[in-house]
Amino acid sequence: MSRLRAARRRTILIHVACVAVTLFMGLPIYLIALAALSSRESLNRFPLSLLPTDVSTETMRVFLDSTGVIGGFQNSVEVGLISLALSLALGVPAGYAVARYAFRGREPYQLFLLLTRALPIVVLSVPLARVFLATGLYDTTYAVALLHTALALPTTVLITSAIFVAVPVEHEEAAMVFGASAPRAFARVVLPQALPGIAAAAIFTFVTSWNEVLGAAVLTLNRRTLPAQVLSTLADSPLAFRFAGGFALVVPALVFIAFMRRYLLNMWGTTIR
Amino acid sequence: MTTAPDPAPTEPKATPTRPGRRRRRTRVPTAALLVAPSVLFLAALFLWPIVVGVGQAVTGTDGPTLAHLRRMLDDPYFWQATRNTALLIVVLIPLQFAFALTMALLLRERPRLSSFYFYVWCVPLAISDLAAGLVWLSIFADRGYLNSVLAHLGLGDGYAWLSYDNDATMFLAVLLAELWRATSLVLVIVVAGLQNIPRDYDEAAAVFGATYWQRLRHVILPQLRPSLQVALILRTILGLQTFAVAQALTGRSFPLLVGETYQWYVTLQNERVSAAIALVILLMSLGTAVVYLRVLRDPAATGSGR
Repeated sequence: MSRLRAARRRTILIHVACVAVTLFMGLPIYLIALAALSSRESLNRFPLSLLPTDVSTETMRVFLDSTGVIGGFQNSVEVGLISLALSLALGVPAGYAVARYAFRGREPYQLFLLLTRALPIVVLSVPLARVFLATGLYDTTYAVALLHTALALPTTVLITSAIFVAVPVEHEEAAMVFGASAPRAFARVVLPQALPGIAAAAIFTFVTSWNEVLGAAVLTLNRRTLPAQVLSTLADSPLAFRFAGGFALVVPALVFIAFMRRYLLNMWGTTIR
Repeated sequence: MTTAPDPAPTEPKATPTRPGRRRRRTRVPTAALLVAPSVLFLAALFLWPIVVGVGQAVTGTDGPTLAHLRRMLDDPYFWQATRNTALLIVVLIPLQFAFALTMALLLRERPRLSSFYFYVWCVPLAISDLAAGLVWLSIFADRGYLNSVLAHLGLGDGYAWLSYDNDATMFLAVLLAELWRATSLVLVIVVAGLQNIPRDYDEAAAVFGATYWQRLRHVILPQLRPSLQVALILRTILGLQTFAVAQALTGRSFPLLVGETYQWYVTLQNERVSAAIALVILLMSLGTAVVYLRVLRDPAATGSGR
């Protein structure tokens, strides 16, 4: 009897704890949404209302109409897509090699990946800016995309190799027994099975790129990505603008995570093996 | 890919499990060809800027000089930033790990709605530190939500949480924002690690009458060690790079090291001092990584059968 009661109490406690953590994680998102969707006038009132009594798109509209914001959106998407393409082009073959071949230097290579993942490449944007100035890449979306590719590439290799390990080698061998060449067997047999995971790696790259601020701010002047644009105008913009900017940066995150729920553990949970 | 003609029919099965993969020297050329582009790319994007950066930091218009380094060291902001960065890491990381472990263990109990909880707890994974700073700005701003709640409750009419003369609350705001944003990363790594732990051990221990705390301490945590180590390295080094949170919340009132490279580069337009600070951060990260790998390698080697 008392054991049953203890078990019940335990369940209730777990629920209470879960709800508390959820409130801590969720409430700030609710508040930034509330702030961004209030009119400027109601943001000037004090105390602020905690319920959506005065929903208005005014704050967001003003933000979107400000100089550089729409362009920033476009640049962000462009940089994200270039980084994604580059890091898949470089990372998928490497991930495949790590998964399938035992080659000399495989261990050092993995250590090298860990090291590059661990080093703060973004702080190297300052000398990189000098390099890009010399090569004519400065202030282009390509410059930022190169940096973001370097940032996401180690993880792309790790994720994709984890995925290729999970695709049975027998399928590939069977295809080749039936006369397919290695690239063909890869394209026809391995790739379809690995596709969801590769998509996860791609989205990881895009999110990394979408979120990166420092490098994007240092490497560009006019072709700023959205976060870089928000950062550079931070000091002299009204609170309403900053809230709207925060909300604009948060919304894609909600969507990414919703789409990628199944792959979260693969994307961020993959560790050194 | 035309350069990869030979298939791998003789390749023994690469079993999906880790212990099955032993060092075998086959097909060096194919593998090397597949790996080489990524190595070259990363090397170019690391080594080149490092060389250039060192050049920037130690040369002036007329030959080598230590003036930029001296200028960096003479700047009071630099020391304040170093102190803040260290303080943030030292306080944040233990909190973060305790929090993430609690969250992961809660999820392990599989409460109802657990997938919804997991989603909400993971949302900050995709949120940048700039966005997190702005989110918490709406709470801690002078006329923000925290002061509004206090006013609604009749508890005074506003405290300047983020004012430069309120060091403690400024730190607290940055700490909370980082705890909110970056704990998800640890959570995901820990949850992934927990999934690899068979429940049998835990259940066996329970059958023999071990209490929850005993099982946690002697069964779960030791097996979780490799995951915790990786999370620790990643979080420490990412912690060194924190800056936009503080920038969004406090401007330059709560300087952090990376924020100082940004200030010197963008606001003060001095790329040489900026490069010098960048190199300091690089060295600190490298040192952290090496120390961690050294210290943590040994137990990991004995536990490599996971």
